[in-house]
Amino acid sequence: MSDDAPENDGQQFDRVPATPDEREVEGRASRQEVLDWWHERFGIEPAVFEGYSFWEKGAGKVWIYNGEATDPSEVEAIGMTFLRTRQEHWKPTGRAVSRFGRHATKNVVELGPERASRFAAGEDQDLPEWDGDWGYLIATHEVAGESVPIGVGLYLYDELRSVVPKGSRADLPVVE
Amino acid sequence: MNPLDRYESLVDDVDAFRAACDRPLPSVVRTNEIAATPARVREAFDEAGVAYEAVDWHDGLFRLPDGNPGGNWPYVHGWTHGQEEVSVLPGLALDPRPGERVWDACAAPGSKTTQIADAMGDEGTVVANDNNLGRLSALRHNAERLGITNTVVTNQDARNFSLKPLAFDEFDRALVDAPCSCEGTCRKNPDVLDQWTLDHVHAVAGIQKGVLARAVQATRPGGVVVYSTCTFAPEENEAVLDHVLDGEDCELVAFDLPVETDPGVTEWDGETYDESVTRAKRIYPHRNDTGGFFCAKLRVGGEGDDAVSDGGAADDEEVAA
Repeated sequence: MSDDAPENDGQQFDRVPATPDEREVEGRASRQEVLDWWHERFGIEPAVFEGYSFWEKGAGKVWIYNGEATDPSEVEAIGMTFLRTRQEHWKPTGRAVSRFGRHATKNVVELGPERASRFAAGEDQDLPEWDGDWGYLIATHEVAGESVPIGVGLYLYDELRSVVPKGSRADLPVVE
Repeated sequence: MNPLDRYESLVDDVDAFRAACDRPLPSVVRTNEIAATPARVREAFDEAGVAYEAVDWHDGLFRLPDGNPGGNWPYVHGWTHGQEEVSVLPGLALDPRPGERVWDACAAPGSKTTQIADAMGDEGTVVANDNNLGRLSALRHNAERLGITNTVVTNQDARNFSLKPLAFDEFDRALVDAPCSCEGTCRKNPDVLDQWTLDHVHAVAGIQKGVLARAVQATRPGGVVVYSTCTFAPEENEAVLDHVLDGEDCELVAFDLPVETDPGVTEWDGETYDESVTRAKRIYPHRNDTGGFFCAKLRVGGEGDDAVSDGGAADDEEVAA
């Protein structure tokens, strides 16, 4: 290679740099930017992710991990998928939202029983009453007296689109 | 031939054993305590009208008499995972602690891996290995669904597993839940009895010996290795332990399980095994109305902090007597 700058190797896990200034691989998100994004988008405090490390494998897929690992790491998986970067609007994974979404304080849309079941089944639905931000939201519903994240929704033009992946969709009875 | 015939000499009540093997098993789910408490799962089941029964020896397990373990909100939220009751036992025997380094040698599809991660409070490192890449994708799906973040997934032949990709060079604990003849799962999948052959028993026993030996080598002195299968075949159980006791620096230790068990057998088909294999536990279906299982706990030899919390040297007299 003629260029000295290291490039993203889609086959291995590389730890993301701490800050943009320490970035060596073009386009790679930094830890600082990842923490800022969760804080700005969902109000999740950076302290929630203290102790976890962030890794990139593939083009822009960021993983969250809580164990010991070498950097770079040539294994099949490390922790779980967390965030899709290297695109204009970063997108949280449904799993990340399921695991950490309860810490969110904004861009959370609470759905009633019937809407919650439709959302889990992957249906898009009209939701003109939402007067918050457009873009990725955390959809929640109430289970046994507490609000629980269901997954990631995309809000555009009065419509809440369910972006629950096909393999995770479920047909559930409406629980009133 | 029905392979269950050959085990009649090992059980006390042949009729009860055969009758239990013929009864189908209910669906069972285990609570993923990373996401929810058993009390919360119960509340959510109550709210949704999902029928369930408690399992008296484990408060995180629920039998679902109507089946469909995936058709309810607790499952969708990753609060529960479908797992047969007996399959929870090796994780209990392993008894992993937060912060430890644990190897699951034959991990896919990940029921025990996720149980181990849960028991560790998702802290420390679980290395989930399997030689089958297709089955590893099921493991990854399960681990993600349950929100587990402390697991590294590797795709190696466990018999010559290399720790090179890892940040450390030995484990505190290892689980070898070995590929086996699976007659113990006949209550869920009766086909295993039709597919059974003695040739397969002998072939898979060779693999089991290789994986268990590697697990002992890869675990630190004083660390714990648990060996489990879902077969009744002594060739795949006590004979494998006997082989590894002979070749590696380790010993079988006494341990408790919260179900009724029978001791490992020291004689089978003209072979005799080390007396300490009686410390291993056989779980017959008629004892607790479960699937069949086998589970043994080993302490790796040498000087080191003892990770074995019960049993061990104090019970030596019992076996020698």
